[in-house]
Amino acid sequence: MADAPSGRSLVVDAVTHRYPSGALAVENINLDIKGGEIIALLGPSGCGKTTLLRIIAGFIAQTQGRIIIGDDIVDALPPNKRAVGIVFQNYALFPHLSISENVAYGLAARGIDKAARQREVQRLLELVQLPTMAERLPRQLSGGQQQRVALARALAIKPSILLLDEPFAALDKNLRLDMQIEVKRLQRVSGITTLIVTHDQEEALSMADRVAVLSHGKLEQFGSPSDVYDRPQTLFVNTFVGSTNRMPGVVVSADRTAAKVRLDAGAEIIARPAGGALSEGGRVTVCIRPEHLQFVGDETGFAGVVGMSLPLGATVVHEVTTADGSGVKVSQARIGETRALENGAAVRLAPLAPSLANAFPATL
Amino acid sequence: MGAAPASRDVTSYGMGLAAPLALFFLLFFVAPLLQLLWLSLHNDTAGLQWGLGQYLHFLTDPFSLGVLGSTLLLGAEVTAVCLVLGFPIAWLYQRVGPKLQTIIILIVLLPLLTSVVVRTFAWIVILGRQGIINATLQSLGIIDTPLKLLYTQFGVVIALAQVQMPLMTLPLITALGRIDPNLDDASCSLGAGSWRTFFRIVLPLSLPGIIAGCTLTYAAAITAFITQSLVGGGQMLFMPMYLYQQASTLQNWPFAAAISIIFLLAVLAVVSVFTTLGRMSRGYGGA
Ligand SMILES: Nc1ncnc2c1ncn2[C@@H]1O[C@H](COP(=O)(O)OP(=O)(O)OP(=O)(O)O)[C@@H](O)[C@H]1O
Ligand SMILES: [Mg+2]
Repeated sequence: MADAPSGRSLVVDAVTHRYPSGALAVENINLDIKGGEIIALLGPSGCGKTTLLRIIAGFIAQTQGRIIIGDDIVDALPPNKRAVGIVFQNYALFPHLSISENVAYGLAARGIDKAARQREVQRLLELVQLPTMAERLPRQLSGGQQQRVALARALAIKPSILLLDEPFAALDKNLRLDMQIEVKRLQRVSGITTLIVTHDQEEALSMADRVAVLSHGKLEQFGSPSDVYDRPQTLFVNTFVGSTNRMPGVVVSADRTAAKVRLDAGAEIIARPAGGALSEGGRVTVCIRPEHLQFVGDETGFAGVVGMSLPLGATVVHEVTTADGSGVKVSQARIGETRALENGAAVRLAPLAPSLANAFPATL
Repeated sequence: MGAAPASRDVTSYGMGLAAPLALFFLLFFVAPLLQLLWLSLHNDTAGLQWGLGQYLHFLTDPFSLGVLGSTLLLGAEVTAVCLVLGFPIAWLYQRVGPKLQTIIILIVLLPLLTSVVVRTFAWIVILGRQGIINATLQSLGIIDTPLKLLYTQFGVVIALAQVQMPLMTLPLITALGRIDPNLDDASCSLGAGSWRTFFRIVLPLSLPGIIAGCTLTYAAAITAFITQSLVGGGQMLFMPMYLYQQASTLQNWPFAAAISIIFLLAVLAVVSVFTTLGRMSRGYGGA
């Protein structure tokens, strides 16, 4: 089986889903995913990630919109006809079947004869580095191993789309990292279009070609990891992905590319209007990430008093209280001699660059 | 599995508490059983002469063996009917909303909430020559002469199946409820249709429930003295009635005792076949 299954494109076209109970779980979501891409669906608990995944797999019929795989509208197809592989959050291995029987399950359903099945199972178990576990039962495997089996089982049917629902949530940190690399490697080899559901932003940023950020069933932003991290389009994306300081202020003047904002903390800075045009005199929330703030010697920035300093290995995080009484975090790389800051020291802070301060219209 | 020291404490603590029940069992179950065994080992009605004569008589008498055979067969038939009808009910139960679940449970439990005698007479009304079934079929012109339903094996099986249905359905509901619904979805996404999913996943995983249900139903069906005798009439003889006749009418206590012991052993044999089957199937043992 030399030919790698090539991933097909996946289009989620204006999909809305309302559960019979009345909960609007997914609201008008559009995603255009190219064949072979890895996409992360990122969002807080209850934002509709699993619901969207189950709609794509065919377990739930959406109330509105279409799912298109390759050139086919698949809405009328049951899950067993969609060629979509899925790895469940709890793995959902068949507890009464051995590992090899689990992996062979989809092949048997396709009527593939026993000899070919065994060859394929062996190949897949080698791919996920478990060639010696074939005869065990799922409960005799560790969590990470079960995870690999679930992956092998999903890959066995040569799906055109692979869906992973929080695949690494139950693993400890080191194992999670191993599995993330593993999945990425397998995805590169097989070229399968892959959708990973996660609420772990680091996972989304490190694994995915593009990240779709969801909140309350709506798509907030769909873009590359650097788009999402550096050029967030909504306040939600800016605060949910990575950590950020939220500083309230008033727009002094604004055009399409830059806005002068008077921060309540007491300085005028140039910020990027991130969520569309800003009106003069309007209140805004300026988001600046801790690593995008620097201590300045002159009078340009805003003033503050250093509180606690936390050395976190490669970086030091300083907590600074500003003039309006709010707290701001500043993260400094520890390269060579970093300036030692004493508790109570008066400092001035400014963003590294105007493009690194994002201004959003303040919501009431 | 692995008993922690803490749980051993709990068991030794529980032993003392179990003493009253143990005493009760000793007095009212073990002692009579031993007396029964003692009685069955006598060749004469007066109970003076020791011997295996009663057992020899039963095992060489075609009539007695016939009664035993038809009783065991009756149990198998009732169990099969309960399984075939009960499984879909249990399956349905796991897939409907909470309101319908309550209704299903109520319907399933209803036979347990009515007296055996009332229930059995209801069946006589339904199955009789001028009963509901015959009257309906005749008025519809489907049959000319009434069907013989009462006092037949068919009638007994149907009446018993209704009575024993909860014993089958409740363990099945529990077993099906324990199956992770994601397994269904996983099977389906791997390309399996509903039948393959049912036979490869749902059925094997509900085996503990099936075995528990079959054991309970079987044991209850073959010993159901009242229903067997009333719906079966005098025409069909099953072990409980046979036993009763020997003891009560013919006063042949040693033979009746031997019948009970043989019946007990036969039931135990069938039940242990069920459990062995269960243990042999994978997905049953372990935790
Ligand atoms: N079967 C259901 N019936 C009714 N409402 C549901 C059902 N399943 C989910 N919901 C609701 O739909 C919303 C989205 O749920 P979903 O499971 O898709 O969230 P999620 O993003 O996967 O969350 P998590 O990260 O916690 O898994 C939630 O508000 C949830 O309460
Ligand atoms: Mg979920």
